Amino acid sequence: MSFELPRIPLGDAIEAVLNFLVTHLAFATKAFSAVADQGIRVMESGMMAVHPILMILILTAIVFYLTRQRGVSVFTFLGLGLIWNLGLWSATVSTLSLVLVATLIAISIGIPIGIFCALNTHAFNVVRPVLDFMQTLPAFVYLIPAIPFFGLGRVAAIFATVIFSMPPAIRFTTLGIRQVPKELVECADAFGADRWQKLFKIQLPLAKATIMGGVNQTIMLALSMVVIAAMIGARGLGGEVWRAIQRLQPGAGFEAGIGIVIVAIILDRVLQKLAKQ
Amino acid sequence: MAKIELKNVTKIFGDHPKKALAMLEQGKAKDEIQAKTGSVVGVNNVSFNVNEGEIVVVMGLSGSGKSTLVRCINRLFEPTSGEIIVDGQDVRKLNKEKLREFRREKFGMVFQNFALFPHRNVIHNVEFGLEIQNADKTVRREKAEKALELVGLKGWGDKFPYELSGGMQQRVGLARALALDPDMLLMDEAFSALDPLIRRDMQDELISLQQTMRKTIVFISHDLDEALKLGDRIVLMKDGAVVQIGTPEDILMNPSNEYVAKFVEEVDITKVLTAETIMKKSQDVAYLGTDGPRTAMRKMKNNAIASLFVLDKGNRLQGIVFADQVAGLIEKGEKSLEPAIVKDIAKVSPGTAASELFALMQGISHPVAVVDENDKLKGIIVKGILMAAIAERGGNP
Repeated sequence: MSFELPRIPLGDAIEAVLNFLVTHLAFATKAFSAVADQGIRVMESGMMAVHPILMILILTAIVFYLTRQRGVSVFTFLGLGLIWNLGLWSATVSTLSLVLVATLIAISIGIPIGIFCALNTHAFNVVRPVLDFMQTLPAFVYLIPAIPFFGLGRVAAIFATVIFSMPPAIRFTTLGIRQVPKELVECADAFGADRWQKLFKIQLPLAKATIMGGVNQTIMLALSMVVIAAMIGARGLGGEVWRAIQRLQPGAGFEAGIGIVIVAIILDRVLQKLAKQ
Repeated sequence: MAKIELKNVTKIFGDHPKKALAMLEQGKAKDEIQAKTGSVVGVNNVSFNVNEGEIVVVMGLSGSGKSTLVRCINRLFEPTSGEIIVDGQDVRKLNKEKLREFRREKFGMVFQNFALFPHRNVIHNVEFGLEIQNADKTVRREKAEKALELVGLKGWGDKFPYELSGGMQQRVGLARALALDPDMLLMDEAFSALDPLIRRDMQDELISLQQTMRKTIVFISHDLDEALKLGDRIVLMKDGAVVQIGTPEDILMNPSNEYVAKFVEEVDITKVLTAETIMKKSQDVAYLGTDGPRTAMRKMKNNAIASLFVLDKGNRLQGIVFADQVAGLIEKGEKSLEPAIVKDIAKVSPGTAASELFALMQGISHPVAVVDENDKLKGIIVKGILMAAIAERGGNP
């Protein structure tokens, strides 16, 4: 006699939920589409409007202005120059645009959620397991639901990237605000500060370094996700790697990979410097 | 007039304050309550008043509930039961908005570890309270500058807290509280984090500031010397409850129980006892112009003393006469005491410390006169009673 437990239709249930969301959240996905698509378009066309050499000089100047470090600036100039020389400039611009747009969206959602969680213990108890879930779920899995929402392409890539890169922005914001010495918050209370005064005059300024650490992480995660998102049509440097894999061209793959590393190092140095200020 | 009245204030920390409160009212011990309910009794049924312009020092060892108590006054901690009345207003009845307003207007608070905002420079720290009140920018700056000047930090406004020494940081903390010109100051172990010399300076400075400000101050301290020095009255706490309330002399001279007595033992008594607490009434005096040598001699004989202070008609001290010289006058048939009066004598004010008296009395044979600022005789001190007072309190002269 064989007895089998019925299989729990978990996957079916998730699909049903996704289908429901796809049909009923069309207005939200359209809005997201518009913002994301427009954002990338503006950034990309802005950066491609001038000659690559001029753009590289401009970017180097911006890096120097932000970091005041000669080494980082020289690295920026040489690194981006190498990328241009390898014929990867437009892919790099595309990747940078994707990363920046995704990061902007992720932190503009993530930081407010983080603040809310810091001020409200119950909210944090709800959000924390969701964050754990988001961070442990393999990155590839995010790509799949992005497609029914947005179809193949850059917007789907940005959506997956935003979801994947948001957790550190939330976590670090919450952590940063909670780490503000209790005595200082108490002092603000004693002087009759209300919630917003406390937040903007004391908690956020003192949490700034930690929050910037979170933003740094978000950008790094966004960069890694944008590469993976090439699989659903994100193009850019990730697209070059993806193509090299499919055509078994290790040389081209490494070139694009090195391009990604260069972009990552530049972003990291600039952000670290900003966090320290 | 009572500015702050605490009536049966109790604060219980933990998840079951009601249960714990009921047990407390049944007279159960703190430990038992904690074991049964998991709740900790922070403050237990404390009542006292703080009068306008008075410094009340709440003193106790760490864990005695003194810091919790001061936080109940402005409801940084929510009291579990009892009444707190400030300026006739029941603080516990204020809603959130009113409570904020109340904190802005009535209290300045100074913290043990200064609690300066590290991201703001000194002047912005001092301006903080005014900023919270949305005061006009120029008014803000003006008041902040004035407060800084008051604490002796004029010109330090653009420094950051980490650039200042501990003593200076606490001056900034004090200035931040004073910038609002509040009626009341809550000072939570304000000087405890400072090293002893700086602490003494700050105490002296607070005393001199207080002479002009006349604020109502609740000062938390674990240091009895500090409490005796600053306090007009002292509230001694142990395990969340009040053990004794009184003036510094009350506490020293009549400790209400073993605990207080033990506390008091540690004090260097010669610094705390003052001329006023030791002096006795002079048994008799001679009045200039009224009393002649014979009357003076009779007064000395009656009291079995060898010298007599001489006062004028306004009770002002003129000098002292000694029995042998008065006898000489009588022999000569003089009518006036005048020729026998020694004018250059030792006199002290009522606040003079016993240690100073002790030094002063070495090498003089007559009693020391204690006079007020108008030279009126308040009492006298002879070596014997000074020694006795010190010995009685266990001091070591």
